[in-house]
Amino acid sequence: MATINVNLISGRSIQQGVAIEGGKEKPAYRTAAGIIELDPSDLKKLGAWKNTNVKVTSDFGSVIVKATETSQGPHPGLGFIPMGPWANAIIDPNTYSTGMPTFKGVPVKVEVAINEPILLGIELVQKLCGVK
Amino acid sequence: MTKTITDVICPFCGTLCDDVEVVVSDDGKQLLEVYNACVIGTEKFLHSQSKDRVTRPRLHQPDGSWKEISYDEAAEYTAQMLANAKKPLMFGWSSTNCEAQSVGNEIAEITRACCDNTAATCHGTSLIAIQDIGLPSCTLGEIKNRADRVIFWGCNPAHAHPRHMSRYSIFPRGFFTSKGQMSRKMIVVDPRVTDTAKMADVHLQVEQGKDYELLNALRVAFKGEWLPDVVAGIPKEKIREAADMMKSGRFGIIFFGMGVTQSLGKNHNIDEAIAVTKDLNEYTKFSIMPMRGHYNVTGSGEVFAWQFGFPYAVDLTRGFARYNPGDTSTIDLLIRGEVDAMFTIGSDPGAHFPISAVKQFAHLPSVCIDPHLTPTSGVSKLHVPVAFNGVETGGNCYRMDNVPIDCRKVVEPPEGMLTDEQFLIKVRDRVRQLKGAA
Repeated sequence: MATINVNLISGRSIQQGVAIEGGKEKPAYRTAAGIIELDPSDLKKLGAWKNTNVKVTSDFGSVIVKATETSQGPHPGLGFIPMGPWANAIIDPNTYSTGMPTFKGVPVKVEVAINEPILLGIELVQKLCGVK
Repeated sequence: MTKTITDVICPFCGTLCDDVEVVVSDDGKQLLEVYNACVIGTEKFLHSQSKDRVTRPRLHQPDGSWKEISYDEAAEYTAQMLANAKKPLMFGWSSTNCEAQSVGNEIAEITRACCDNTAATCHGTSLIAIQDIGLPSCTLGEIKNRADRVIFWGCNPAHAHPRHMSRYSIFPRGFFTSKGQMSRKMIVVDPRVTDTAKMADVHLQVEQGKDYELLNALRVAFKGEWLPDVVAGIPKEKIREAADMMKSGRFGIIFFGMGVTQSLGKNHNIDEAIAVTKDLNEYTKFSIMPMRGHYNVTGSGEVFAWQFGFPYAVDLTRGFARYNPGDTSTIDLLIRGEVDAMFTIGSDPGAHFPISAVKQFAHLPSVCIDPHLTPTSGVSKLHVPVAFNGVETGGNCYRMDNVPIDCRKVVEPPEGMLTDEQFLIKVRDRVRQLKGAA
């Protein structure tokens, strides 16, 4: 199965903003933020249809999200996961003595994981923390 | 009969829109409709009315279930936790009012806590840069009336501050900008072709993480000096075009966001952006402003600075305020495992901190004060739901340009629910008893 390497950034999307105010326990939050937006050319390299579940892995962890085609491209080589627990499962926590983790610019590997489930936001954090 | 309340303040982002209209039922207990707010603000107002809302404090049981307790019991738990901890961390504050923040600071002082706000993960590095070289800034009103050059650097207001462009920066017709967007030139710097970038006169699709280089190249271009053919993925002709556009304006503004504060370089990126602003003032009038995220993160910085002398990352463990980002900042404290109790209010570190930091506090004594169910409440030992600030209680908040605006109460909270401030006062009074403070 093909894998691709992209540079990951995270940040706000309006869908994520609506979902956090609508309730982070709801599936709509996962739909809005449990995704990775990829350039069409990167999806092609990955050999995946849009809306395929993928595993995204960095030096700091891995997470299952849905690969979607970006609406704010083209940005080949760049992946975008909206801010939230899915992005934060894999971003670089190093602050380099500034207090600020490196939320943008994390090298990640993306591979198809069609049978893996995408967890809800609260569920994901509880599982990763070993609570519940 | 319903009532329409006008001039309501929206408690979502730092734009703090003050023209929202809300329709409430005659008895003032139900919020029915919201006008003028963006889709996120509307959702915030309407979510306060959801039927599945948690209305009483809940203690996490060992079997994973939740046990409902009273606010008095919750205040006792919180006070005991803070009073017994050696180094408690009090984090959040950005989605509550300044009055509650001030009470929180009293508790922090008595319990010798570390206190920090959400600038830790948004504009903390901007604050470091501002302390380095200052901030030539202005108000959003000045921008509306004067700005004819608007630069969005590493920010995407179309998504994160949805009404910013229509109320202040691009579309409104101001005193000296009577043609609205026709009288303004817009430059967007972003590695993606964001919905904001699609509207720009010039989009500089910078290579991610190369903001410092591009800012530096702009300073060179202002002076007409030699440039390499390509800097940060941008051809030199385009850099010169953007530089000339900036210099030729009458009043310019640089708005900057997470694209520069969170990428490598961090505070140094902002240093350089402020230096660009300083350079531009040799040719015309230019200002710079951080795009603050939470509606009262600016207020939290103001209250911390007023009471402790520093805007975030304050450590009171020695009985006086210390500030040293990287040492006293939340993420570093958590990752080093230095804190032994976690108190969260008005923010969601469970969702927005790196998971390695969340893992650290998930197994500590912890209290989460938040009207919503969140990943933070999901891993906290005690969840205290409170009234929505800006919807069910008023209070002072600061807009992103440091203008204080009083939020308004538009609807009654569910019966028996406390506000942040009321709950914190209970905790403060009990902590005083426990610590024998005056």
